Amino acid sequence: MSVVFEKPHSLCDVNLHYCPGCTHGIIHRLVCEVIDEIGIEGNTVGICPVGCSVMAYDYFNCDMIEAAHGRAPATATGVKRARPDLMVFTYQGDGDLAAIGTAETVHAATRGENIVVIFINNTTYGMTGGQMAPTTLPGQVTQTTPFGRDPKVQGYPIRVCEMLSTLSGTALAQRVAVDSVPHINEAKKAIRKAFENERDEKGFSIVEVLSTCPTNWGLSPVEALERLRTDMIPYYPLGVFKDCDAKNPKEEK
Amino acid sequence: MERNLMKGNEALAEAAMRAGCKCFFGYPITPQTEISAYLAKKMQANGGVFLQAESEIAAINMVLGASATGTRCMTSSSSPGISLKSEGISYIAGSDLPCVIINVERGGPGLGGIQPSQSDYWQATKALGHGDFQLLVFAPASVQEMVDMVVKAFDKADEYRMPAMILADGLLGQMMEPVTFPEISVEQKPKPWACDGTKMKRKHNIINSLYLQPETLENSNISRYERYKKIKETETDAEIYLCDDAEIVVTAFGATARVAKSAVNTAREQGIKAGLFRPKTLWPFPVKEINEACKSAKNVLSVEMSMGQMIDDVKLALECRIPVSFFGRTGGVIPKPSEILEEIKKLGGAE
Repeated sequence: MSVVFEKPHSLCDVNLHYCPGCTHGIIHRLVCEVIDEIGIEGNTVGICPVGCSVMAYDYFNCDMIEAAHGRAPATATGVKRARPDLMVFTYQGDGDLAAIGTAETVHAATRGENIVVIFINNTTYGMTGGQMAPTTLPGQVTQTTPFGRDPKVQGYPIRVCEMLSTLSGTALAQRVAVDSVPHINEAKKAIRKAFENERDEKGFSIVEVLSTCPTNWGLSPVEALERLRTDMIPYYPLGVFKDCDAKNPKEEK
Repeated sequence: MERNLMKGNEALAEAAMRAGCKCFFGYPITPQTEISAYLAKKMQANGGVFLQAESEIAAINMVLGASATGTRCMTSSSSPGISLKSEGISYIAGSDLPCVIINVERGGPGLGGIQPSQSDYWQATKALGHGDFQLLVFAPASVQEMVDMVVKAFDKADEYRMPAMILADGLLGQMMEPVTFPEISVEQKPKPWACDGTKMKRKHNIINSLYLQPETLENSNISRYERYKKIKETETDAEIYLCDDAEIVVTAFGATARVAKSAVNTAREQGIKAGLFRPKTLWPFPVKEINEACKSAKNVLSVEMSMGQMIDDVKLALECRIPVSFFGRTGGVIPKPSEILEEIKKLGGAE
């Protein structure tokens, strides 16, 4: 009998703490499938954020470091500079990466740090109970925007991939979603490309994954996936915003 | 051994490399700039990494990452920059990671000034970030001690898996003195806890400071404090000068202690029984040593470049058995030997 489907080795055999309908589990699995397929588990160090995936160090089977809120790209920089032979990835949410950690994100990208950033955009702070995130959409009701996000008061959401694609050190900036099988397959390809970029020393690679938070959105898992399609994708278009060898630029000066 | 005339900051940087420091992450700030500039020139040729970070916050978190791989690493800054690093220092301590942090102090609070100061004593010894933790704090008083203490700081940080700080000041950082570099054995003990890849041969290592179960967090803190208890018993260090018959003991650390020593010498010339107690470790504070130094003291005078911070530890260590007075200059003003002598005389040493 041949095995046709199994849990990736680099995903620990434990129960995840995520809420029902949350897509973190899918994204964890995609990252682990890629780590297994490229065969880098024994040589990889992952950096966890502060937020819902704060305990991801218990879920990834490679060596793991828990960073301070927003500082994962700096911590990853320290690992990678000390040990360039290691594969290093961060796994960060939107508050972590695009609010408190904006400086660390932008500067890791502009330095062309040879790391992978997996960026989970679910338009809310999940762990603390659903406050406004830097990615919260205009009109979106959260605990701290009870009347809906008003751009005149709270400003506009940040499109992270578009912003980082302007930086010369960025090798890959791609936005994907995990709301459907075709999108999930596309997401895996992007994650694989990011890790291959790191292996091939092409520079900073970020994969932004549009994700759901049924609990804090107050929606069923199915409704949450629908919202991702109807509300998020129009504001955060899927696609490749940059794809190059940032360490050997052809056209950029 | 070869003697070199070097600035304090540069000598410290050279000693750090010789002690096996392979990564330096920093952000520009006066008056520690020479450390960065020196390492920017030398680190790469020495097989190490120099990286200027986008902020003090990023620099200390880069230190966390490099340390987590088991690599000896360092950052340096001055007072306002150390405040920014305090978040990362708390995480490093909570994660039981070794590293060396240099604070070439300047006047505060706020942006303060850029002249020498010792007003970060409380910060370094009591509260360098949130939570229950301590740093090893070394207080050099010469360029030679900048060298010797940074070497020791790397060793002790590794031994106890905790951050160590060199608490210097702008005066020590900027002045030039002859130094010799000790023979250093760079052989380091293995770090089985490091995140350097499982190689599929061991369970994954986790470097973490999060414990959601109160009892687990409490146990983690208790085990750290057991190490601290051992450190308090074995790692204190101090210079005791002319204290055998001293009726007035001046306590001072770092550059201030050099000025105080001049005042003590002059007092002795004038027949006043004065002595000097200089802690070389600020945490752990040399409690046993200060009690030894003050065995015949009738008065103690704490002299500091601050509004009075170490004086708290002096009183606690002496359990308030001896009256402790204070003299300090702050904001970048360096106390004069004559001012300290005057204070010594006020304490009844004049007759």
